[in-house]
Amino acid sequence: MKNKKRTGVFVCHCGINIAGTVDVKKVAATLAKHEGVVLATDYVYMCSDPGQKLIIESIKEKNLDSVVVACCSPTLHESTFRKATNMAGLNPYQCEIANIREQCSWVHKDKAKATTKAIKITKSIVEKVQRNIPLEPISVPITKRALVVGGGISGIQAALDIANGGYEVILVERSPSIGGHMIQLSETFPTLDCSQCILTPKMVEVSKHPNIKLLTYSEVQEISGFVGNFKVKILKKPTYVDPDVCTLCGECADVCPVVVPNEFDLGLTGRKAIYIPFPQAIPAAYTLDSDHCPGLVPIACGKCIDVCEPKAINYDMRPQIIEEEVGAIVVATGYDLYEKERMAEYGYGRIPDVLDGLQFERLLSASGPTKGEVLRPSDHRVPKEVVFIQCCGSRDPELHNAYCSKICCMYTAKHAMLYKHHVPDGQAYVFYIDIRSGGKGYEEFVQRATEEDGVVYLRGKVSKVFQENGKVIVWGVDTLSGKDIQIEADMVVLAMAIRPSRGAAELAKILKISVDKDGFFSEAHPKLRPVESMVSGMFLAGVAQGPKDIPETVSQASGAASKVLAMFSSDELTHDPIVAEVNEEICSGCKLCIPQCPYEARIFDEQKGVVIVNEVLCEGCGACIAACPSGAAQQRNFTDEQILSMVDTILEGEK
Amino acid sequence: MAEFEPKIVCFACNWCTSAGADLAGTSRMEYQPNSVIIRVMCSSRVDPQHVLWAFKKGADGVFIGGCHPGDCHYQDGNYKTLRRIKLLKKLLGDFGIDPDRLRLEWVSAAEGKKFVNVMNEFTDHIRKLGKLELPENGGPPSGE
Repeated sequence: MKNKKRTGVFVCHCGINIAGTVDVKKVAATLAKHEGVVLATDYVYMCSDPGQKLIIESIKEKNLDSVVVACCSPTLHESTFRKATNMAGLNPYQCEIANIREQCSWVHKDKAKATTKAIKITKSIVEKVQRNIPLEPISVPITKRALVVGGGISGIQAALDIANGGYEVILVERSPSIGGHMIQLSETFPTLDCSQCILTPKMVEVSKHPNIKLLTYSEVQEISGFVGNFKVKILKKPTYVDPDVCTLCGECADVCPVVVPNEFDLGLTGRKAIYIPFPQAIPAAYTLDSDHCPGLVPIACGKCIDVCEPKAINYDMRPQIIEEEVGAIVVATGYDLYEKERMAEYGYGRIPDVLDGLQFERLLSASGPTKGEVLRPSDHRVPKEVVFIQCCGSRDPELHNAYCSKICCMYTAKHAMLYKHHVPDGQAYVFYIDIRSGGKGYEEFVQRATEEDGVVYLRGKVSKVFQENGKVIVWGVDTLSGKDIQIEADMVVLAMAIRPSRGAAELAKILKISVDKDGFFSEAHPKLRPVESMVSGMFLAGVAQGPKDIPETVSQASGAASKVLAMFSSDELTHDPIVAEVNEEICSGCKLCIPQCPYEARIFDEQKGVVIVNEVLCEGCGACIAACPSGAAQQRNFTDEQILSMVDTILEGEK
Repeated sequence: MAEFEPKIVCFACNWCTSAGADLAGTSRMEYQPNSVIIRVMCSSRVDPQHVLWAFKKGADGVFIGGCHPGDCHYQDGNYKTLRRIKLLKKLLGDFGIDPDRLRLEWVSAAEGKKFVNVMNEFTDHIRKLGKLELPENGGPPSGE
């Protein structure tokens, strides 16, 4: 039933953002005549201090019991005005926002039509607020433990920050070691710090930290619950080697007969089926890769188990499901390179001396397959001419990815520079579209590559790369001189686009968080909430959210960690009270609503013969309400009566 | 006589479509002013009865916007909406309402442009269909 209410309507000009297209005086004057409205007024900036004061004083003077502010989107100032309403002594849920800016004045030009629409919007919200009931936030306890998914630099940083803040962290990494892509890099721009040297101390800190539980070779399988109270199922795959017993002697790998491409060196070297990804791996232990092991049965092979003196190898190890309860989740799953097979014109896969950026990092790395010597994979000769091709798969909306991968300009400059440091008499060429070197010390770094190391930058795209007489021929065009370019190179390095990590899409489904059109996880707001996902209690860090370099990744990871720590600083969370409820007088106990609820918030009360709602579990979607055949189910402040009265108002006088 | 201006009721979910409509505004994209949005938390809150009520009360078109499949803020509310609206569309004819007057679209928070396109296209389509004239005493007899 509609209450006899005393509603105040406050129409904001937002400077000319609203008043430029909507006749705000007319909106206020029309609303003043609407039933139940005792005051309707306008002001230039309602969100300003005097604007809020106007609302607060009007509530007191006119004895208002409900408020509609016709202004910008509720995502912006709903909380501002609800707080103001609350300061005047009203329940904050007696304040509603009529969105007449984003959904009216900014999208229409005809002032008369926009004004009519703004009146309809505001009236419909008045009808809603007149049926609102006062609500109190629902309190929910928090489990003060965090889950971090992904053990690259972003996950490591987030885990360390949360752990150093005094809370337990479960760090889950899919591969046998933490370290991510950063541990594969040789040096980092623009300082040329050795990547492993700056990352391994953090990895060791993770492994020794009393607050961090590290689960490598593990994947998140299932998540249920809600902010503050997630339940996580993690699959721990068997490594068949007990890390506490393994002494890293390496005899198992020596006798293992199976050789497969080494992922850490991106296929530039081989590894055995039983292996350690790299010497500084954390946890420091061998892993038996069951996909390649001849069968894990001693009859088939069993060479490794025979030579393992400390008896660390156990073929009977089985996958384990580990269940954990956490309050917050940080998603830091990083990236993979764009599939090079899609760039056939550049010869990757057919020409052995065409490499991708990460492979070149391994060639440069002191711990790499050539111990830091730059040698061609095909004949192990030192390449004297190297062509670097930027934007391979980036900035190409027709064929590949529309976005800029952001880090390639800088790492290509680094590659060319480091190549020159390794091969001083060699020549480096870079094909580029634009050089994007925004960042502290970045532009100077690119300048240094051209000026001190004589790297030749050619502005243009490469049309074809092919092999001839042991050379890799690059055909391109220099758009600045307009000349066709042919370079008889010894090696070509492709700056491949970066893509969300393989498996990110599946993880998004498990976590129920959304991804953008390119598959990167979507932040809650592109400007103002860049480390939060749309799901409360789940945060984003690093390249999983979009291409970024190491300093940005670390900043975002620390940002996500500080969000988690802020959440953990209180003992209870509040939950929006716009939840479902049941009128037990009407409910017939048909149970149709129960399967509609994704949160298991609806349960059948056997004694009463009706369905009841667990309001802590209810997220307030309203799916069950629409399914209720009798109208017994209602959503607080989104009742059928409210929605229908809004429809009526919108269509008023139009029939 | 002035050209027919359709009246459109638009139910938009809080997380995707309403946010997409906000983005259209923030990006100052223009569309026809014939629709008014009712923001609900999830498209699955929209009861088929709300849609029928809107037609009864003079709407020429009803639009429902939700998150893309797989992206629902409430896990799978949009699938529920999809099923309900498909069924409802089958029944609309019995009420004498062209099922084309009801449209369900997935518009994400990042798709301001899509919201604008869909709104313009839907408004034009309803304009072509003309004013909804509901038959007296409900719809035509169904089937028999």
